[in-house]
Amino acid sequence: MTTPETSTRSVIVEKEFPHPPQKVWRALTESSLIAQWLMENDFQPLAGHSFTLRMAPAPNWNGVIDCQVIAVEPGRTLSYTWGAFGLESVVTFTLTPTDAGTHLRMEHAGFGPDQEAAYKGANYGWQKFLGGLEQVVAGLD
Amino acid sequence: MPSAADNLFKALADPTRRAIFERLAREGDQTVHALTARAGVSQPMVSKHLSALKRARLVRNRRKGRETHYSVQPRALAPLEDWIGHYGAFWQSKFDRLGEILERMDK
Repeated sequence: MTTPETSTRSVIVEKEFPHPPQKVWRALTESSLIAQWLMENDFQPLAGHSFTLRMAPAPNWNGVIDCQVIAVEPGRTLSYTWGAFGLESVVTFTLTPTDAGTHLRMEHAGFGPDQEAAYKGANYGWQKFLGGLEQVVAGLD
Repeated sequence: MPSAADNLFKALADPTRRAIFERLAREGDQTVHALTARAGVSQPMVSKHLSALKRARLVRNRRKGRETHYSVQPRALAPLEDWIGHYGAFWQSKFDRLGEILERMDK
């Protein structure tokens, strides 16, 4: 099952695929395969490598997402920064072998966890969204 | 993706401005005087920050006698919710696509 879960700080999608981790890993890290399910790219599985993901331009947006590889643990973990719309976020894929194949967890984190508690008891329901602004805006000019 | 989120983050990027916004959100409607008393910067600076927040549609103002009262816009942070919702749907559809690609890949 695909289970999107949204919280104040990240988007998490998890799914079990009936394929071994090595195969899922290839789909996550080979440029030509990434292009088939995610976006056109010049990805390389090297920590520190800067790359772009490119999709069709939209009004007020050139369609380019600026990324940099943070961590590569073959068959286990891949994470990279995701810069778009002036927002710096981090995407992390975690692979876990299961009896049926591979459990894949993707966390797209753009909001820090630290400050949530500070806003408890807020007057406005949406105020929880303030919690992670510090980290998000840190990526701005 | 709306550029509204972009404007929102830029407006809140300044720590003093963010502090003013947070105080209005926590404590409700306040005058420029009251905000200045605790902002740690001069009244012209507070007014400047309030103008920036107003431009980003984060706050609104209303005259009451000789004083201008500021309050937060209830839907001010909606673009943030949209941002999270957008990526939730985005990744879910990408995972579906990934499943299809895995089926087509050689073993």
